[in-house]
Amino acid sequence: MKPAPFAYKKARTLDEAMALLGGQPDARLLAGGQSLIAGLNMRLSAPSLLIDINGIAGLDGIALKDGKVEIAALTRYAAAERSDIIAKHAPLIARALPHIGHVAIRNRGTLGGSLAYADPAAELPACLLALDGEVEATGPKGKRSIKAVDFFKGLFETALRPDEILTALRLPAAGKDSRVGFAELARRHGDYAMVGLAASARAAGKGLADVRLAYFGVGATAVRAKKAEAALEKSDVEAAVAALDLDPPDDVQATGATKKHLAGVLLRRVAQQLMEAA
Amino acid sequence: MSDTQIDIALTVNGEPVSERVDARKTLVDFLRDDLGLTGSHIGCEQGFCGACTVRVDGEIVRGCLMLAAQCDGATVETIEGLSDSGEIADLQKAFAERNALQCGYCTPGMITAAQDLLQRGGVPSRDEIREHLSGNYCRCTGYHAIVDAVEAVAEARAGGRK
Repeated sequence: MKPAPFAYKKARTLDEAMALLGGQPDARLLAGGQSLIAGLNMRLSAPSLLIDINGIAGLDGIALKDGKVEIAALTRYAAAERSDIIAKHAPLIARALPHIGHVAIRNRGTLGGSLAYADPAAELPACLLALDGEVEATGPKGKRSIKAVDFFKGLFETALRPDEILTALRLPAAGKDSRVGFAELARRHGDYAMVGLAASARAAGKGLADVRLAYFGVGATAVRAKKAEAALEKSDVEAAVAALDLDPPDDVQATGATKKHLAGVLLRRVAQQLMEAA
Repeated sequence: MSDTQIDIALTVNGEPVSERVDARKTLVDFLRDDLGLTGSHIGCEQGFCGACTVRVDGEIVRGCLMLAAQCDGATVETIEGLSDSGEIADLQKAFAERNALQCGYCTPGMITAAQDLLQRGGVPSRDEIREHLSGNYCRCTGYHAIVDAVEAVAEARAGGRK
């Protein structure tokens, strides 16, 4: 199908984008467009105005600042894949990136766009949750930080206000004792996962502490499996699988029961990764 | 110019193009309908199938997931351009020789994606070839012959060494 008609404006500055956004309640920001334009083509949404933010200078780039990895919103997946900072200091993102879409998608798709779109089956929101990261929202009154746990509100719904723009994401830089794991099951590599799991932990002696398991594709948002986290901190993988407190609904890809089973399969794989030295 | 009609100037297959386009027109529709470059195919229009794969500023993209309006100032290359320049002549020959196409619908996107991989140099493994082409559906061949063709070209370009 073809999109319903809309107007298009290319914003040159963040201020210009915010002014346009404030002036038209049903406007949408166009970043990488790899989810948005697909949705427009299917007429799942029909905004009156698209505000293209791709020409705004300074809205992309990856930096290490005060023990955090800061990724500007327009940074494309392909650029993140080539980044030494990501490889060294954000190993969970590095592990997740090859699973996000395909090469042609990763050349356009942006990290900020994925978070703002908040697809429940997307990899990046789960990574942000697993790492206890935060997003930076910029609005007419300035910038504010929103923790991942407070940011994802529901299906395609975030804590961003209508006049705010997601301008960056920040993750704690990995330390020597950081452990991460990532796995997903998709019918075809690069497709949205039936179920996926992003995880982080800290090595503590022979075991793990501060385990964070963030599942995606199992509900309206990425969710943590806290009972399984507690079991994994006692180094008992099978108890963690048994304790998985997930109740995924059926969807077009699989039944809830299948997803729940696959969540256990992924947990065994990811637990293995967490226990390996980084 | 209203905001629903956008003037764009870009380079397509080495030639300058200036057109006024609907804001909602995708790049692949622009290439096919306005420029008559029908080698870029439309399959799913939601980014799954890869039939519309083209190069924008040197990188492969989905022609259905970019707007023509976004391509102002861009350099776009389609299968017609890649074919005319001779850049993919060996891939085309290998696809034909190894029956790496049957209906041919996916072939322009498949070859554009394969060339993107081979341009990086070296001889990719079969797994790497499959991974790179994972975003391009083929409903005829079962992919095996496509991987064979891409691998053969990679080896030939590297001078026959494995």
